[in-house]
Amino acid sequence: MSTTVLERAPAAQRGTPTPVKLSVIDCDIHPQVKSPAELMPFLPKQWQDYARMFGGLYRQVFSDTLSHPRIAPDVARADAWPPDGSPPGSDVPFMRMQHLDANNVEYGMLMPLNRGPGNQRNLDYGAALASAVNDWQIEKYVKAEPRLRASIVIAHDDPPAAIAEIRKRAGNRNFTQIMMPPKSIEPLGRRRYWPIFEEAVAQNLPIALHVGGVNGFPPTGGGWPSYYIEEQHTNVQGMQGLLTSLVIEGVFERFPDLKVVLVEGGIAWLPALKWRLDKHWKRLKAEAPHLRLAPSEYIRRNIWLTTQPLDEPDRDSDLAETFELVGFDRIMFSTDYPHWDFDEPRFLLGKLKIGKENIEKIFSGNAKALYGLA
Amino acid sequence: MEHAASGPAGPAAGAVAGLPAAPSVFGPPAIDCDVHVAVPSVKTLLPYLDDYWRDQFLTRGIDRISWNMTGDPPNAPISARPDWRPQAGKPGTDLDLLRGALDAFGSSAAIANCIYGGAALHSEDMAAAVCRAVNDWIVKEWLDREPRLSASIVVPLGSPELAVEEIERRAGDRRFVQVLLLAMGEVLLGRRHHWPIYAAAERHGLPIGVHAGSTYHHPTLAGGWGSHFIEDYVAQAFGFENQVLSLVSEGVFAKFPSLKFVLIESGVTWLPPALWRFSKTWRGTRAEIPWVKRKPSEIVRDNIRLTVQPFDAPDGAARLERIVEQLGSDRMLLFSSDFPHWHYEGTDALPVAPSSPLAQRILFDNPVETYPRLKVPPAREKETLS
Repeated sequence: MSTTVLERAPAAQRGTPTPVKLSVIDCDIHPQVKSPAELMPFLPKQWQDYARMFGGLYRQVFSDTLSHPRIAPDVARADAWPPDGSPPGSDVPFMRMQHLDANNVEYGMLMPLNRGPGNQRNLDYGAALASAVNDWQIEKYVKAEPRLRASIVIAHDDPPAAIAEIRKRAGNRNFTQIMMPPKSIEPLGRRRYWPIFEEAVAQNLPIALHVGGVNGFPPTGGGWPSYYIEEQHTNVQGMQGLLTSLVIEGVFERFPDLKVVLVEGGIAWLPALKWRLDKHWKRLKAEAPHLRLAPSEYIRRNIWLTTQPLDEPDRDSDLAETFELVGFDRIMFSTDYPHWDFDEPRFLLGKLKIGKENIEKIFSGNAKALYGLA
Repeated sequence: MEHAASGPAGPAAGAVAGLPAAPSVFGPPAIDCDVHVAVPSVKTLLPYLDDYWRDQFLTRGIDRISWNMTGDPPNAPISARPDWRPQAGKPGTDLDLLRGALDAFGSSAAIANCIYGGAALHSEDMAAAVCRAVNDWIVKEWLDREPRLSASIVVPLGSPELAVEEIERRAGDRRFVQVLLLAMGEVLLGRRHHWPIYAAAERHGLPIGVHAGSTYHHPTLAGGWGSHFIEDYVAQAFGFENQVLSLVSEGVFAKFPSLKFVLIESGVTWLPPALWRFSKTWRGTRAEIPWVKRKPSEIVRDNIRLTVQPFDAPDGAARLERIVEQLGSDRMLLFSSDFPHWHYEGTDALPVAPSSPLAQRILFDNPVETYPRLKVPPAREKETLS
């Protein structure tokens, strides 16, 4: 089994050859504040006061947690709590020891979810919060750990403010991409968001769409589910709906160079969605004459996906076949550290029988090419 | 049906025979129909959960969450008057502060309403477990400790079946005097979905309290989500107005003619113009809802009650008297302090001159007529006990 290459046994001390460790680029690492006060120094006084007084205005019943209680405290691995009891992901030395060093992470892409600037109904607060989260990523994480890369968080429902934030950060190579929540108040393919896509292309920055967002709509077409197990799975159809919108609205026709990364939404559904899109497009394309390519061709050209949570068919060969249908050059490794459904590199390696070259692409090559990393 | 039909009551109704209720700061005795008690944190509820739920809450870290409601930020100025804000913790968690407010008004009795996000959980089972725990906690931490307090039954808002179970569980404790629902939930309150709750409430002489608030399962404005808390607060009146339309139009009062709905923290001044419009439209469209045989404004007069705070009119007592004239009934308004929320200073909670005949109705007669289960401790109780 190929897992041996990742074992961290002090082999040299035992007199055996040191195994060559596979270095990985982790495209989904979650930073966290030790407490809400940690962001305060990055906010202007007006918004510090707002945060203390109101906390944030959301499109859901709770102001301090998601409306479906998660399955683990802070959605985290039980062993990811730093020794001082601070929240998982909030302690850089502990993250370095437990994850970056242990799993030989060459680069890690930060995906900040906390406080959700894009979820704020008050757009001015959202913009101020986005800017604060961006400064905070650099000051707390990137400066302390040069393997980490920040994502430009934006308040996407105010495109001019979002564009200003992108421009403010675009010159800093420590930011590798723009981050938006896929659950927006209109499907992301709608034209209100096109100015953001235009700016992303102009700055040559991919857009990462990490599952989540609080838009106030039921996450299923039939209403609100009861349980976390259902709500978590709505990320799967959510990503499909998002992709359907981006393709059919013509985003990739208008912005052929736009690069979109779907983070934590799974992968295995993509072949079936491509087939379904192409089938209905063939019969109905008179309605969408702006599409000059088949939907699957835009997806093949403009979409990247991350691996976690890895879809687990009964036979490993089905996974390899699925990856091949999606494209080995479009899939990037991710762990979701420190969340409970973390995928270890060794676990993925054990499941994927796709040859050394494709393994290398998925674990680091594709991310290096997409993000222009050395 | 033992309590369903409560006739008009005299000023001393509910008090122990021969001992009238004590005068309030306004003169007539007062019943405060809306004071708030708040669950400090989910951890507070752990002793009131069964083994399965306690284990779930601990292993999933749910006990570390506050379940603060977006629409009710504890640190906002409106959430607590400075002198009613506890030194630590959420507004509404300090019994001594509540006692202070009851003393200040000289209220003989008060109805505690616990607005809690747990009731709005998507999981019906978890919401039911939380509501059961909250009601047990209300009994132990509030009702057992303060004889002037009664309370509303908190029920899982998404499940009429489990809500009825909770009503049946509490009905034997006559300190529970009302069932509590929210102004904006997932399904409009007139829909038959909710009728089992109304049947149970009617059976036990419990009015339905509809309190300001939203589960945020739908946008607060018909056009979507605004940017500010102010918009959500103002929108509560629209939510209440839609519920009045729903309750009447769906025929709830044709089916449950003696059931009272109490709109709590609804404001008042929007109602007369709403009824003018509603009754006018009904004249033109009544064939669509043949079970509504009387003018909607008449049905509302008989079956809907409103608490007075926050009172949504410019200062000046004359306004309330005009509103009452326009409503065509002096039976609809109920005194409330809305403790600990910040809408007025001192004891300036009665939007009518204490000398007005309306004062006695709002402070005492109307609450007694609305809440047949309410026991009003007599004036001399303290001396009797000592």
